[in-house]
Amino acid sequence: MKETFYERIGESALREVLPNGLMVCVVPKPDFANKYAFFATRYGGMDVRFQKDGAWLNTPAGIAHYLEHKMFDTKEGNALQELAKNGAEPNAFTSNAMTGYYFDSTDHFEENLKILLSFVSIPYFTDESVAKEQGIIGQEIRMIEDNPDWQIYNRMMHAMYQNNAGRISVAGSIESIKEITAQTLYDCHKAFYTPSNMILTVVGDVDPVHIVDLARSVLPREGGAVIPRDYGEEPAAVGEKETTTKMEVSCPQFLVGYKCTPAQDGEDFLRRQLLGDFACDLLLGESSPLYLRLYEQGLINGTFGSSFEMLPGMAYLYAGGDSKDAKTVVAEIQKEVDRVIREGLDEAYYQQVRRASFGSMLRDLNSFENIAVSLTEGYFHGYDTLRFPQVFDTIEKEDVTAFLKENLTEEHTVLSQILPRA
Amino acid sequence: MEETRTKLAPGVYLTCLPARKFKTSLLSAQFVTPLTEENAAVNALLPAVLRRGTMQYPDMTSLNAQLDNLYGAQVDYTVRKKAESHCVGFVASFIDDAFVPGKETLLEKVASLLGQLICEPVTRNGRFLPEYVESERANLVDTIRGILNDKRDYAELRLLQEMCCGEPYGVSRFGSEQRAEKISAQKLYATYTDLISSTRLELFYCGSAAPERVQDALLNALSTLPRENVRPLTLTEVHTPRGEIKTTTEAMDVTQGKLGMGFSCGSDDFPALLMGNTLFGGSSNSKLFLNVREKLSLCYYASSIYHRQKGLITVSSGIEFENYQRAYDEILTQLKAVQEGKMDDWELEGARSTLLNAYASIGDSQVKLENFYLGQAATGQEETPEELAEQIRRMDDKRIFEAMQSVKLDTVYFLKGKEAAE
Repeated sequence: MKETFYERIGESALREVLPNGLMVCVVPKPDFANKYAFFATRYGGMDVRFQKDGAWLNTPAGIAHYLEHKMFDTKEGNALQELAKNGAEPNAFTSNAMTGYYFDSTDHFEENLKILLSFVSIPYFTDESVAKEQGIIGQEIRMIEDNPDWQIYNRMMHAMYQNNAGRISVAGSIESIKEITAQTLYDCHKAFYTPSNMILTVVGDVDPVHIVDLARSVLPREGGAVIPRDYGEEPAAVGEKETTTKMEVSCPQFLVGYKCTPAQDGEDFLRRQLLGDFACDLLLGESSPLYLRLYEQGLINGTFGSSFEMLPGMAYLYAGGDSKDAKTVVAEIQKEVDRVIREGLDEAYYQQVRRASFGSMLRDLNSFENIAVSLTEGYFHGYDTLRFPQVFDTIEKEDVTAFLKENLTEEHTVLSQILPRA
Repeated sequence: MEETRTKLAPGVYLTCLPARKFKTSLLSAQFVTPLTEENAAVNALLPAVLRRGTMQYPDMTSLNAQLDNLYGAQVDYTVRKKAESHCVGFVASFIDDAFVPGKETLLEKVASLLGQLICEPVTRNGRFLPEYVESERANLVDTIRGILNDKRDYAELRLLQEMCCGEPYGVSRFGSEQRAEKISAQKLYATYTDLISSTRLELFYCGSAAPERVQDALLNALSTLPRENVRPLTLTEVHTPRGEIKTTTEAMDVTQGKLGMGFSCGSDDFPALLMGNTLFGGSSNSKLFLNVREKLSLCYYASSIYHRQKGLITVSSGIEFENYQRAYDEILTQLKAVQEGKMDDWELEGARSTLLNAYASIGDSQVKLENFYLGQAATGQEETPEELAEQIRRMDDKRIFEAMQSVKLDTVYFLKGKEAAE
């Protein structure tokens, strides 16, 4: 295995690509009792249209997530019970662009890992077991539909994006999941759960050679072909400027989104992510002049936050929380953007936030899950996430103002609101 | 290195949890006071107002700038309920000296800031600044109202309110809206002077610094803390079981129903009930998960929590409105199965390993460590995670079933849709 040491963050990583195309990455963590495994495929809620045997195939919204639920079924019963005997509680999530299976355990780690690798790589569905899952996922969909955070975000995405499949809800709808059959699940598993489309990341005090040997012995010998995907042609313009609905909430909530230029894979992708995050901190973070002013005026409260997200063919910055006057907040953000572009960022303030941003990135490394998930994202987008200090160094003040100027414009703005039912 | 607990002043205790493996250090200061309907809101408001400014850093701009300059140190105010104790204070997290560029050390500076937040708040004419009190009181009221937004949290709180009405445990950690709205600046200041002088203060440190250095830093930072007539901790009273089952139903405009069931535990065999609850609904291998969800497809989540000090078990689930009776019956059937010991060996071993894994992992997270030791201190317990694990290792099956036989349904709460109500 190839070992890389990252001096500035005191971490190292060992990597090897197996002959079947699987990337194995181990981050040693001596002194920790816990060990964490994350096995992920580059396949998520947005991968609904792809090429299979030369023909384009359309699959129902929510299928990647449905498949995630059904992967726990095995010929013998259920993988949960297998792992339960060792006290490991495996879990999984599906996001827009990946599906990840994981567990942590202090004992029997290798035994548990073997179970994880085999249940994720060997599908076992029947029409009956697939039908039964509709009740469970149906309730999951109902639960998120009642969740205002999900509603406001989902509505923002649909307003901002006109075609890109990243706007689709990962879980799909009660209607779309009815179209899912055992056969479509087998087809999707075959296409996307191939070692060459996957990465295994282990964080903890383990023997890296054992991990590689285990992956080699359990997983298929050969990888599959690259799968062309179609996310849809997305114009630069937003679909709708505003979207509002009413729910059983205690006070009005809002999210303002800014449709940004997407980045290409490679280290530029990481640099753009860091730049977008840094722009959030500088413009909207808890020590920004704008945040402090809006907080003191009672226009925002502690629920206010901001984030910058990137997906294949998509990039967007968004912010929000509770507010009695969302439109004024949006106008104030635009005014502050214009001011920063006009006057530039104050040097002392810029250096202060730079320090803080570095500290918060370092803090994220306390979490094994964060390490594994961000290494996985990096692998899927062709960069090494642990190089963040070096890449962050290349960002300059002018890059931030240029980013704001390009992306945070009035025409790229979308406002999503939820109002209390009277 | 072992954890140490030292008395620094009357009613002031420091728990040191030495560890070199983290990127950050954690420092926490928590006042522990009885949870009461009358004082919950004012106690919750206090740390929010204190977090607004100190004499040296009188506003959020200067305070947050100082935190940024300490490499993004975070100082969050916290409001927690530990059994029938109310814990309010601050948790600080800052990068470990090993990763601070240059030779700068952060522990003393962060401790000093914490000391200032507690001992030197910004005041005018012997009162907190009215604008800070008003804006944080409005935020607190919003927070209390906002509990409604997450229907799962809301239903869990409503169940406890109904079950423990008249007992402190039924009080929300933020108190009631009515009480919050009426807090005067005078009452807040009186609460402050009482809290800093007469209630238990628990301090926690987890990081790479030697305990002597931590003690010195904190003694220095808290040198002006007035300590007089410190009251002893009050102990939690076990829930008084009802003669008849109490049922409460509420209707709202939601798409999913929430069923909550509260049980009283006659037995006080804590480790046996903990194991019993894990078998019943405390993990994704539990009877509730495997039957209510996996077998009958009635829900996405169905789980239970054991409230040790209060002698309660609560179940929470999200279901279709019309499945109320089926879910209700199945939950009771599964409880009966645990009481009668109807289970496979793997379920018992799985529950045991789940708990052992959880105890073994506490030391891998500073947040978990602080939360665990605060819970112990606030309820007058002294066991370490390892001692608790040992009790679970030694537990025999018969003891579990016997303890679970004392578990009886006490209160039911159901949140249903508006249409279903008519």
